[in-house]
Amino acid sequence: MPSTIRVRAVAKDDTVEVQSLIQHPMDSGFIKDAKGEFIPAHHIEVVTFEHAGKVVFTAFWGPAVSKDPYVKFSFKGAKKGDLLKISWVDNFGEKDSLEANIL
Amino acid sequence: MSQETKGASGDKSVERRQVLKSLGLAGIAGLGFAGGFSLPALAADAPGWPQEAFKEKSEADALKALYGKTAEVSDKITLDLPEIAENGAVVPVSLATSLPDVTSLSILVPENPFTIAASYKIAEGTLPAVSCRIKMAKTSKVVAIVESAGKLYSTSKEVKVTLGGCGG
Repeated sequence: MPSTIRVRAVAKDDTVEVQSLIQHPMDSGFIKDAKGEFIPAHHIEVVTFEHAGKVVFTAFWGPAVSKDPYVKFSFKGAKKGDLLKISWVDNFGEKDSLEANIL
Repeated sequence: MSQETKGASGDKSVERRQVLKSLGLAGIAGLGFAGGFSLPALAADAPGWPQEAFKEKSEADALKALYGKTAEVSDKITLDLPEIAENGAVVPVSLATSLPDVTSLSILVPENPFTIAASYKIAEGTLPAVSCRIKMAKTSKVVAIVESAGKLYSTSKEVKVTLGGCGG
């Protein structure tokens, strides 16, 4: 199964810009299905971005983050070819992670 | 449908429709399984996720639960949002600040069912800026919170929402 995570991390000068897109329904718990029953809230709670064993960025998300969430940030101290590890876990305990090379 | 099938058998066809409908839903659920999603076991929340704070329904309570302090307005925060969001399900937000020693950035939508939309932990060496996409139930101000050198700062911007993004 392909990863739910897509990431693009590009080093420029001393800064790495990270853009990531995660495939996830991010159900808010306020939307009804075809039978008129509420679809239970199902959303990512924590996403961590790690470089060289150090967490550089952590996202805490609630049900108000859009479906297939996108996030962009930048950090210093990494170079082209380094690995960036992205991991997420949701409120059902589902999780995924991915390691990607910094371009 | 002929005249004869009406009446008793008419009810049956309603039943049949119901059964087909639920079968259809089961099919969709089956696809979910194939896609690698499992049924929700009663899982504990992810470690570190500020569960209580994400339940809060007002700006003041949310800040208290998340940071244990109040914020003062700052002009050193830039908050980029559309003035009008036609689709409340996807509202792009960008937040950045020139304040020093930033450890946390948060995005709050006071008119949403739960106030906190997202909160980010900024490590040393990570720039105090983030872009993401949030849902908005209706027209609301959006509040950006920055934790800088242990203090909280905020700025806010009103977004008109044409079509709410939380259902209902």
